[in-house]
Amino acid sequence: MTTVLETRGLVKRFGGITATSDVSIAIEKGARRALIGPNGAGKTTLINLLTGVLEPSAGTIRLDGEDITTLAPHQRVRRGMVRTFQINQLFGELTPLQSLALSVSAQLGISARWWRGLGSDPRVAPQCDTLLQQFHLDDVMNQQVKHLAYGKRRLLEIATALACRPRVLLLDEPVAGVPEGERQEIFDIVNALPADVSVLLIEHDMDLVFNFANSVTVLVNGAVFAEGDVQTISNDPRVKAVYLGESTEERAHG
Amino acid sequence: MTAADGLKRNARWRWWEFALLVALVLSWFVLPGQALLLNEIAILALFALSLDLILGYSGVVSLGHAAFFGFGSYAAALFAKLVMPDPWVGMLVAIALSALLGAVTSVLILRGTDLTRLMVTLGVASLLYELANKLDWLTGGADGLPGIAMGPLVTPFGGFEFDIGGRTAYAYTLFVLIVCLAVGRRLVHSPFGYSLQALRDNRLRAASIGLAVNIRLVAVYTIAAAIAGAAGALLAQTSGFASLDVFDFHRSAEVLLVLVIGGTGYLYGGIFGAIVFKLLHDVVSAWTPQYWNFWLGVFLVVLVLVGRDRLTKPWTWWKRS
Repeated sequence: MTTVLETRGLVKRFGGITATSDVSIAIEKGARRALIGPNGAGKTTLINLLTGVLEPSAGTIRLDGEDITTLAPHQRVRRGMVRTFQINQLFGELTPLQSLALSVSAQLGISARWWRGLGSDPRVAPQCDTLLQQFHLDDVMNQQVKHLAYGKRRLLEIATALACRPRVLLLDEPVAGVPEGERQEIFDIVNALPADVSVLLIEHDMDLVFNFANSVTVLVNGAVFAEGDVQTISNDPRVKAVYLGESTEERAHG
Repeated sequence: MTAADGLKRNARWRWWEFALLVALVLSWFVLPGQALLLNEIAILALFALSLDLILGYSGVVSLGHAAFFGFGSYAAALFAKLVMPDPWVGMLVAIALSALLGAVTSVLILRGTDLTRLMVTLGVASLLYELANKLDWLTGGADGLPGIAMGPLVTPFGGFEFDIGGRTAYAYTLFVLIVCLAVGRRLVHSPFGYSLQALRDNRLRAASIGLAVNIRLVAVYTIAAAIAGAAGALLAQTSGFASLDVFDFHRSAEVLLVLVIGGTGYLYGGIFGAIVFKLLHDVVSAWTPQYWNFWLGVFLVVLVLVGRDRLTKPWTWWKRS
């Protein structure tokens, strides 16, 4: 298996707090990797470092062997590293169709065209159709995003990322707030991505993680605590103690 | 409906767009006596259109948009005085120079918050005001540049002198306005235009779908500066006069007001706003000259409290909302 995404000794400090501490991970082509850890373990910080929203204090990030540590977020997207957000980040005044058509145009490298219409390239509309149908957004595709129900906006959040044709997809709690019945659908779509697309999933719901992922990285206090396949991690007593045990305890209290 | 149909529908011409264009052209024929007022309205409309590109579409607030209007104005006046009096060439030169100024000053609006942008744009306009004031060997200082002799307007139908009634001037302004409107319409329906709206709504996400946010802001700020410069050039060329007033703060504030009255983010707000603003000014000033600002204030408060949608649709006034 070839490594697509690799970090070496990644560190992020905010003043005196170390949010990411010497993280070295490697994600293979086609991996379905889950990133888990208790609240405040630095999962979202790590995603922000990978996508370039934050600049690391030390360490390097490589995509396909190329050092991308200092690249701007949009340049990483063009190299195929695409993310979704834990809290929806959408274009409120646009419609789902316009949002997706723009994302597809950006992926095709024609988003700076200013003389021809948004849908004038024949490659744009078919890709939008596929995504709109996959995510059940075809009935609301001409409504402004800000007027959509939460569930629809959540679907658009994921669809927008897929419109960028990711090679490495970073999913930050993709089903947060999505009703139980619709969760599996989102994962089915993600699972159906081409086999060479790597997925890094941040998720709290252990059932989903163990269903979806084939390997797991456990993050505790900003550092890699354990790493392995699903079987090993779910049976690891140390992981149970810091994470799974803790969450059972929380459930008991709740 | 498929995506292809939906995308075509977005860019389709609406009936009222045609009606507006027809009305603009017709106004030249049916209101020959009002050409001077109409010319003023059209210049203000073009100026507001340029502000809409950065404010309405890209979410960049500005309290100093007169910087580009004034720069275009002085550029056109000086070009006519020092180089040659042809209005078309002068227009192109003014547009090019204003665009250059826009590109250079755009770096100032890339970072910071709305408040810092308000201050920075205000500062740039004040700076140019004082420069025009100090460089009196070139700009005439506080006296401005009066009595600029413009050459005839060369057209396929022959050359036309700028007349005292403003008929030639209004035809010229109308032509420039409609060309800019057509270009603007193309622009806002293109992928580039939608990317501006995307970065206005959510910069973080715009970058996360692979858009280079800063370069787009530079581009749209430059285009808006060019159009504002065209509006300024029209004023100097059709009035034969350029003065410090074109850089004044009240111009930046007025154009913002016009856009708020007409509505932002749909390209035509500047035109409707300019018509309402100038007609209101005309009517109120004729009726009670010294209280224009009072009635403008009343109008703005009503507009904001009632809402533009409700105000322009009287048949909804007695319905429960």
